Amino acid sequence: MAFLEVKNIDVYYGDVQVIFDLSLHVEEGEVVSIIGGNGAGKSTLLKTISGLLHPSRGEVSFEGNAIQAASPDKIVEYGIVQVPEGRRLFTLMTVKDNLVVGGYNSRASQHVDKMIDEVYTLFPRLSERESQLAMTLSGGEQQMVAIGRGIMARPKLLMLDEPSLGLAPLLIKNIFETVRKIADQGTTVLLVEQDVKHSLSLSDRGYVLEHGRVAMEGTAKTLLDDPHIKTAYLGL
Amino acid sequence: MNYIIEGLINGILMGSIYGLTALGLTIIFGVLKVINFAHGSLLMVGMYVAYWAVSLSGLHPYLTLVVVVPVMYLFGYYLQDIVIKPIFKAEREVREPITVIIVTTGVWYILDNLTLLVFGPQYRSIQDNPLRGKMLEFGEMLISVPKLWGFFAAIITAGSVYWFLQKTRTGRAIRATSLDRDAASLMGIKQYRVYNIAFGIGTATAGIAGVTLVPFYNVFPTVGVLFDIKGFIIVVLGGLGSIGGAILGGIIIGLIESVGPQFMAATWTEAIVYGLFLLVLFVKPSGLFGVRYDW
Repeated sequence: MAFLEVKNIDVYYGDVQVIFDLSLHVEEGEVVSIIGGNGAGKSTLLKTISGLLHPSRGEVSFEGNAIQAASPDKIVEYGIVQVPEGRRLFTLMTVKDNLVVGGYNSRASQHVDKMIDEVYTLFPRLSERESQLAMTLSGGEQQMVAIGRGIMARPKLLMLDEPSLGLAPLLIKNIFETVRKIADQGTTVLLVEQDVKHSLSLSDRGYVLEHGRVAMEGTAKTLLDDPHIKTAYLGL
Repeated sequence: MNYIIEGLINGILMGSIYGLTALGLTIIFGVLKVINFAHGSLLMVGMYVAYWAVSLSGLHPYLTLVVVVPVMYLFGYYLQDIVIKPIFKAEREVREPITVIIVTTGVWYILDNLTLLVFGPQYRSIQDNPLRGKMLEFGEMLISVPKLWGFFAAIITAGSVYWFLQKTRTGRAIRATSLDRDAASLMGIKQYRVYNIAFGIGTATAGIAGVTLVPFYNVFPTVGVLFDIKGFIIVVLGGLGSIGGAILGGIIIGLIESVGPQFMAATWTEAIVYGLFLLVLFVKPSGLFGVRYDW
């Protein structure tokens, strides 16, 4: 049985169908990328897994539990944690309070102090800024808080929605290195990205989404070598 | 000169009590993003609970806080859970759902008329109460004792709520939800439970305000309406969602009402209050002490 299994789901935004009969799976310890252009349904897929949206058909299961109808807070308790697109920090709270709130769920709340130390080791920058309002940070620092907040929840599966969005190239490289580090420490990662080259090169496998369907899937290496991906996503 | 100092002191005392009556309004708006039109009625319910608690027990009014605060907290908690939450769930996609405002208006009418039905229209005031009509004398200045108690109640309540929101686990969850409810639920926070708690806290502060008012104010079914309008003005002046702003906004209104009549006909003070209200809306719509940024 797969760690995370998405089976034949249809998802609607109001009356508009965004995801069509989509299936995918993630195994424990893997790093899996989901790539695709704007409007391909990547963010909708993550929102569905984390319970902000519910599929009208199909199943989502995590460690054998059916979660397609569960509420977001319940899904966090199961161990799936999403770092949302555009960071969505609590802008008028301090960096430290953002991190503390990240560790709100019952699996994490006993370990808040220890996890904060871990986040500060990963992002030393944040310990210097811990009493600053999140609003006052630069884009790169905000992304660090967003990822740190995700780690605080002690995820079994960490889902990152476009962590590179709006960042300078050097910072993007940093963020991806950190994601690799998190994965190496044993967290399963599901990564949604438009930066195909970077995300596939740190992943084990990937899925290509087009118009709400899986257009292609395979190991990261085969996808990187694929002629369609080269022309459509890498511009080669 | 003495009159002015006396006016200033009484203005600050009464104003802080106004601020206390508006505190729940600003807490509930800050988290739920909904103007609670039933807030005056919650204050009225708080006054009735305090009135009966004092009359039946014969205790000092402030001792009844032990009963009033938990009763009002639970009343608010379950009012939100049973009556308002279903509407929120039906309008999940809407950021500031209008229908919830309509529901709170319904709650206002139901509470006021139920009270009228059960307790009748008469004005009630507590008998044998140790605070009634008491004055402190400083030379020629007279300071109302129940209002002085009310002032301390307002400061302590606002301070405790602020501390609770800043320093406790639940308080941080409430602030996170008020800033971004979807992001908060991705942290494992139960959004609707936070709404219940915030509504409970807001209602409990209305109960505290009720306790501070009964020693010198009559209780009757529509008493909430008087404080409702004032409450809206106060929270807009102070900044919707700001706790310190509610108290300071209240004090501004209290000062205008108590110092103003020494320079002009008392009815003109109303014009100044509403004029200031409009001015703030024009010049600084986020309120004098509100944050310019969205929650």
